[in-house]
Amino acid sequence: MVTFRRACRMAAAAALLLGSSAVAAQAASTLETVKARGKLICGVSMGTTGFALADAQGKFAGFDVDVCRAIATAVFGDPNKVDFVMTNINTRFQVLQSGEIDVLSRQTTMTYSREASLGIDFGPTVFYDGQGLMVAKSLGINSAKELDGAAVCTLPGTTTAQNLADFFRATGKKFELVVFENPDENNNAFFSGRCDAVSSDRSDLASIRAASKSPGDYVILPETISKEPLAPAVRQNDSNWRDIVSWSAWMLMAAEEKGITQANVDEQLKSQDPEIQRMLGVTDELGPMLGLDKNWGYNIIKQVGNYAEVFDRNLGEKTALGLSRGPNSLWNTGGLLYPPPVR
Amino acid sequence: MSPIVLLRNRRVRELAYQVLCVAAVVGCGWYLLNNALANLAKQDIATGFDYLGREAAFIISETPIAYEPSDSYGRALLVGLLNTVKVAVLAIVFSTIIGTIVGIARLSSNPLLSRLMLAYVEALRNVPLLLYLFLWYSAIIFTLPPVKQAITLLPGVYVSNSGLVVPAFVWNSGFWAVATAAIIGIAAAILWQRWAGRRRILTGKIVPGWPVATALFVLPVAAAVLFFDVSGEVDWPVLGKFRLTGGAHLKPEFVALLLGLTLGASATVAEIVRSGILAIRKGQREAAKALGMSDRQTMRLVILPQALRVIVPPLTNVYVTTFKNSSLAIAIGYPDLVMVSNTIMNQTGQAIEPIALFMFVYLLLSLATSALMNWYNGHVALKGRQP
Repeated sequence: MVTFRRACRMAAAAALLLGSSAVAAQAASTLETVKARGKLICGVSMGTTGFALADAQGKFAGFDVDVCRAIATAVFGDPNKVDFVMTNINTRFQVLQSGEIDVLSRQTTMTYSREASLGIDFGPTVFYDGQGLMVAKSLGINSAKELDGAAVCTLPGTTTAQNLADFFRATGKKFELVVFENPDENNNAFFSGRCDAVSSDRSDLASIRAASKSPGDYVILPETISKEPLAPAVRQNDSNWRDIVSWSAWMLMAAEEKGITQANVDEQLKSQDPEIQRMLGVTDELGPMLGLDKNWGYNIIKQVGNYAEVFDRNLGEKTALGLSRGPNSLWNTGGLLYPPPVR
Repeated sequence: MSPIVLLRNRRVRELAYQVLCVAAVVGCGWYLLNNALANLAKQDIATGFDYLGREAAFIISETPIAYEPSDSYGRALLVGLLNTVKVAVLAIVFSTIIGTIVGIARLSSNPLLSRLMLAYVEALRNVPLLLYLFLWYSAIIFTLPPVKQAITLLPGVYVSNSGLVVPAFVWNSGFWAVATAAIIGIAAAILWQRWAGRRRILTGKIVPGWPVATALFVLPVAAAVLFFDVSGEVDWPVLGKFRLTGGAHLKPEFVALLLGLTLGASATVAEIVRSGILAIRKGQREAAKALGMSDRQTMRLVILPQALRVIVPPLTNVYVTTFKNSSLAIAIGYPDLVMVSNTIMNQTGQAIEPIALFMFVYLLLSLATSALMNWYNGHVALKGRQP
């Protein structure tokens, strides 16, 4: 009886803790919480080459990681004041909702239902991706429309399965879908010939191909069967924090647009271009309007670089992924990146 | 009586504690639920089970019942549940048969056989099931050739790393007539065999058993074929551009999962059977010998029926575990309940409801298995000793 009572008391105490922590996290604004903590907590993926991968020393690198570093730099002026949390594809939104992370920067597609029903807001698209299909060259196929009756391997993530079903339904074709939880099993099933094709975001297909024994044997089909605008996400109803995240990402793009790089940012301080002067905090103190330092733009470019530098370092032609800029070029060079004016 | 006096009564006091504890547990649960709902509402996160009626819009590779992407999430979940039940029930049946044979062989006086079975049991019991699943699945997809170079075992029977394909018989008409006739035939045959057995024990007269039973089965089926319009055709598998189409398919994901679950559970069943047999006193065996029974008869008629009383309760555990272990399907691409729920979670963004739903379903499956086994246990238990 005594132990039973004690167990009841402990259970009650645990329940109180469980119940109250989620509410407490919501009380202060995210910027205040982050500043009080002294570092940003950023949710990234569980090891994807080019987007977020920890090296042997545990130091994270990748495109999504650099977006986090830009935000940390905007707040603290230091790209290292950030902790990375690897988030599971199934629970990433819950981790954000419950306040365990401040921002989710994890190859996450912005969609209507996510904004409307998950209690989150997306920042600007930082990477324009799309779901594609990869096959062995030996199949002699040039288009995904020829895949009638094929077996397709995929991960359960996001709406991959739904996009595939939609694509085949729209073209009136049948296919067999094999879904794996584990990326390794997914890749094994594709490379062994269990599946004729593998489907994922095109950037991810490039990762899979880069990791194969003979990347030259595989071809990514031209069709993009879905739009996947990848964007960082924050909790809903904190517009100040959302602005900080959005403008940190836009600052990377604006810097490329203005030709400001990590190397020349100090010279650019002397620039006569009024927009550059505003971006770097030389005139017109924009930073404090968002509760940031007036040098926040200068800090981001100096510490992290501009969008082109971030892209080339993690995903570009010289990396294992070897992605071309494609739609992820600036609007004035035929791409989709269009940062709003800094004024 | 005043409440103070009442509290001095031991039984009242005990009852009060129980009520308080239950109230505290229910209160905690209620508080957590309310809190979760309030937090979800505050963060504008959708709740409730409305999503079950919406269109699923994804494909499932194995569908025991008709399913199209235009069907609802609810139906997709039902397909997942049936896949779970299908693989778990088959694994339970096979593991019981294999486990019983291995358990008996473990006690063989032949050292080669008993050591071999010892190695089988230890190898399977001491490595996590998940690793075996990866092993079996990799073994299938990497050792067997791709579909294009499928091995032809018999005309129309193909083996490849996309599974086994056999010709299928497609009924055009008369399926229900034949099925009904077959069920009637089987029931009649079983009843006849029972009656024949009882009569032999009671009167000592030997009545023809199997010939009559076979006739009782064949006659209704033959009648159905004769009197009803029965027609059908054989659906031969054909190699298309990518896959074999037509025929009946056995997918490698299903085979690997069934193999993993069956072998894993069979090792535990073997140990349970062995312990059950060892629990029977030596005197029983000696008495059977003295009556002139052969080793086989002794095992079948004397030892195993008594051993069942020891075997059945722990066997329930193995069966319940098999149901739960089948959720490892997600690792090797078999679309069970958990995998379908996962896809739904990803598409709807609602996590709490699908998880609560499949936890509830697993609970029901486990309780149903336990109830069935308890009933069976009551059936085989020693009747005389029950109070």
